[in-house]
Amino acid sequence: MTSRIALKDLEPGANFVRRHIGPDDAETAAMLRQVGAKSLDDFIDKVVPKRIRAKRPLDLKKAMPERTALSYLREAASRNEVFTSMIGMGYYGTITPKVILRNILENPGWYTAYTPYQAEVSQGRLEALLNYQQMIVDMTGLPIANASLLDEATAAAEAMTMAKRVAKSSASVFFVDKDTHPQTIGVMETRAKGFGFSLVIGDPLTELKAGEVFGALLSYPGSSGEVRDFSKVIEALHGAGALAIMTTDLLALAVLKTPGELGADIAIGSAQRFGVPMGFGGPHAAFFATRDEYKRTMPGRLIGVSVDAKGKRALRMALQTREQHIRREKATSNICTAQVLLAVIASMFAVYLGPHGIRKTAERTHRFAEVFAAAVKSYGFEVTTKSFFDTVTLHVPGRAHMLWAKAKEKRINLRFVDADHLGVSFDQSTRRQELVKLLSVFKSDAESRTDIDAIDAKAGEVIPLALRRTSEFLTHPVFSMYHSETEMMRYLRHLQCKDLALDQAMIPLGSCTMKLNATSEMIPVTWREFAMLHPFAPLEQTQGYQQLFEELEEMLAEITGFDAISLQPNAGSQGEYAGLLAIKRYHEARGDHGRDVCLIPVSAHGTNPASAAMAGLQIVAVACDANGNVDVADLEAKAQQHAAKLAALMITYPSTHGVFEEAIIDICQIVHAHGGQVYLDGANLNAQVGLMRPAELGADVCHMNLHKTFCIPHGGGGPGMGPIGVKAHLAPYLPGHVVVDGVNPAAGRQGHLGAVSAGPWGSASILPISWMYIAMMGGEGLEKATKMAILNANYIAARLKPHYPVLYTGPGGFVAHECILDLRDLKERTGLSVEDVAKRLVDYGFHAPTMSFPVVDTLMIEPTESEGKRELDRFCDAMISIAGEIAEVETGKADKADNVLKNAPHTHAELFGAWTHPYSKEQAFFPLKQYPNDKYWPPVARVDNVHGDRNLVCICPPMSEYLEAAE
Amino acid sequence: MSVKFTEEHEWITVDGGVATVGITTHAAEQLGDVVFVDLPAIGKKVEKGKEAAVVESVKAASEVYAPLDGEIVEVNKAIADEPSLVNSDAEGGAWFMKIKIANAAQLDGMMDRAAYDKFVGK
Repeated sequence: MTSRIALKDLEPGANFVRRHIGPDDAETAAMLRQVGAKSLDDFIDKVVPKRIRAKRPLDLKKAMPERTALSYLREAASRNEVFTSMIGMGYYGTITPKVILRNILENPGWYTAYTPYQAEVSQGRLEALLNYQQMIVDMTGLPIANASLLDEATAAAEAMTMAKRVAKSSASVFFVDKDTHPQTIGVMETRAKGFGFSLVIGDPLTELKAGEVFGALLSYPGSSGEVRDFSKVIEALHGAGALAIMTTDLLALAVLKTPGELGADIAIGSAQRFGVPMGFGGPHAAFFATRDEYKRTMPGRLIGVSVDAKGKRALRMALQTREQHIRREKATSNICTAQVLLAVIASMFAVYLGPHGIRKTAERTHRFAEVFAAAVKSYGFEVTTKSFFDTVTLHVPGRAHMLWAKAKEKRINLRFVDADHLGVSFDQSTRRQELVKLLSVFKSDAESRTDIDAIDAKAGEVIPLALRRTSEFLTHPVFSMYHSETEMMRYLRHLQCKDLALDQAMIPLGSCTMKLNATSEMIPVTWREFAMLHPFAPLEQTQGYQQLFEELEEMLAEITGFDAISLQPNAGSQGEYAGLLAIKRYHEARGDHGRDVCLIPVSAHGTNPASAAMAGLQIVAVACDANGNVDVADLEAKAQQHAAKLAALMITYPSTHGVFEEAIIDICQIVHAHGGQVYLDGANLNAQVGLMRPAELGADVCHMNLHKTFCIPHGGGGPGMGPIGVKAHLAPYLPGHVVVDGVNPAAGRQGHLGAVSAGPWGSASILPISWMYIAMMGGEGLEKATKMAILNANYIAARLKPHYPVLYTGPGGFVAHECILDLRDLKERTGLSVEDVAKRLVDYGFHAPTMSFPVVDTLMIEPTESEGKRELDRFCDAMISIAGEIAEVETGKADKADNVLKNAPHTHAELFGAWTHPYSKEQAFFPLKQYPNDKYWPPVARVDNVHGDRNLVCICPPMSEYLEAAE
Repeated sequence: MSVKFTEEHEWITVDGGVATVGITTHAAEQLGDVVFVDLPAIGKKVEKGKEAAVVESVKAASEVYAPLDGEIVEVNKAIADEPSLVNSDAEGGAWFMKIKIANAAQLDGMMDRAAYDKFVGK
């Protein structure tokens, strides 16, 4: 007789933890046997030194079931109110085409991909990004554009620092158009201070002295809406050896003469209004375009065209030596994670609408503004903007607040400029009914008495002829081929199939934590209450967001042990920068001047020294010992030597070498004893959650990569989020915001450090992802995830140890949450390179681990807790099989030049024609017989980086080449 | 004509008060495939130990320092047009620049071939 199960045992309860963590109990037991441990706790006790363990377990709310968490957040979201936004200021209503929403933004095939460093498994999104660059080149009229920066404000700051590097002028003053969005000026002020530039803010037409500046930012159109002709200003700047930078608007450029045609050297702006929801501030892609002669100093990632080993067209990231990880302390930019997913959406928006659709959208938006201006003038209002695209400013002496409030009653948000001025912006989402409703704010009977078509017929063009665009744009066929939804859907699918993302296989990238991005975590991102809010909407309309921020800050504070959290930094690099600035301001505020030395271990990620340099700090390198640990004696000597000037230590924990160093506590004490502060790089936080707290280890500030440890997907290279946690003494120096008050409640009378990002709370709309993760895991679940991440890494290390040396291990021979395989003697032994191994993994259906970081000619593997034993075994089997292939080359059984490694990856194109290799097709394509269903077919063979960098092409090649590629 | 070497991996030959400067074969090997060379303007005054040119491969960007004080009198346009020459002929046709020497005494401390080979551990 079968026993009856009680109802309470049939009810599901919180079951997300087992869905997030890959291995089940039986698999865990088998893996523990492999690493020689009795239980998970016994194992963790062996790996993680007692001295660094958390003082108390995580005190978070009980784990919520998925359904409960979604309902809870749904209720919070309902406290956000979505009004018609006419605020402008760089954030506009837009309609994400549903085919793009579903097939990109809500599709793990796109959002779980990694940054396209491994070009062979990234051709789909590289093509989408090349389209993005072509679109930016077309719209701005400048010949080269990168594939996205973090936001418009930081793009402006990046342009300023680049101008300093390339300008002939030796001035240290930079001019900013006073008609620029205030958040852009705010971020530029912060950045200029770190570099020691002074900013002059004024009217470029009357107050700019070209001979005294190294560059100027010109707003085109201005924040007020005014479109001015800057060609004479630009001429004067060039005459003085200074650069002209335009902050501009993609949609406006469909009707305005381009920055390139006006002579600008750099054009920057936001691509948000090309189909990317406002999201209460982000994430959005910013664009950056410049002249050809400046391409090698341009910040950010650049996609270029090259060829593969068979001579076929292939794409990859170009000129990587410009990037922070190479330039280190010489860097003037620290951008790493960008906004790939959002750049892809913006490019597809242009592909789907095409040149006609974009022009029509721009003309319509512009016409609504013209009709509105004409109508309110006829009611007796004064419009101060003379020439405008989509935004007008009204002079309404003493009545601005009343009108603003009246509009709000009609669920329309206007821009309250000051007591006498109002701003009104139109966008892609504006319809006739919104215009009529808006007009009724200014004339109560407008709805019945205003004849829109009659006003339209009479309204004259407000943009002077000299500033009207006559040149064509988006003429490349890719912008005209996919205008039906069927074609668009298939194009997106076609590109997606080329790429290897987490929806297909483990991505074992060390330090990148490519864990599950669960669907329930992603669902709230596109809810309209989160997606459709303007970042400067009145706070009473954003109560749901405020609740989310408060709760998430509390969660992160409990996890890290810090007293205050800033959600503003919208990438890990931004967190580093903000944290270092907070430290600097703290020293200054105490009157402790001259502290400008930052100690950084040589093993640090290149972003660390780049961020320190941007914060105006001098970098002093600290040595590492043979085990990969920070050399404590060297650290102590350096701290002593620079005691009077010591500002900070930047240290990654667990170290980039993947080891728990017990000495971290001593290290923090040494730095404090010499007057410095400790910045802990939280890139490896996934090895800490629940087991230890950065604040308890002794850190004063730490950033958290929410796109690593807390489940925000990598998006193929962004978005990310890098909030920082600080101890109480640093809280007053967290970022603030010029438009939104109270972003940092602890800010003291001396003021905060200014803004580091355009959005007050960074990329707010992806924060629900991390909230959902923490809420569904609970304290115990999070702790278990960390333990399993460490077990998974050690399981791989244990299985691979007989075949590859594991470079660094801690006490007991264990690694932390990642392990480094040492291939440094490979070249000498066999003539093969670590790259050959990485590319061969593609034939086995894997994305390569991190290559040559932090040690040249090694592979760093981080499996995360989300991978089950089957996938870990598949990866280990692949690596072991490759070890056998290496041995065959070494012993001479396989040809030194024509072997499976050198020729990897193998494409289906090789199946045509004669097979000339000394090994079989089966060996090439299906080397592991036990996994017949895990095959990934790379679309291109090994990509030739040298060819691409010697023959730089960063726009879409002519269509004939696409056709050839298809043959 | 004897070749001198610096610790920054440059080679120098002198002919009538003008030094021809390039990077060593060893340096070119370390860089890997060179993809870009940025040369100084003719007439530019350079200072010993300060940046005079830039050489980039796909994996590194590196400054080429002036080994001597002086003035740039000629640069090798061929390597700007065809950077791969730096890999194929580093110590021959792929010279970078010619510097009119301001202070010949600065040549004194430099290494000869044997000393340089020892320096790079050959």
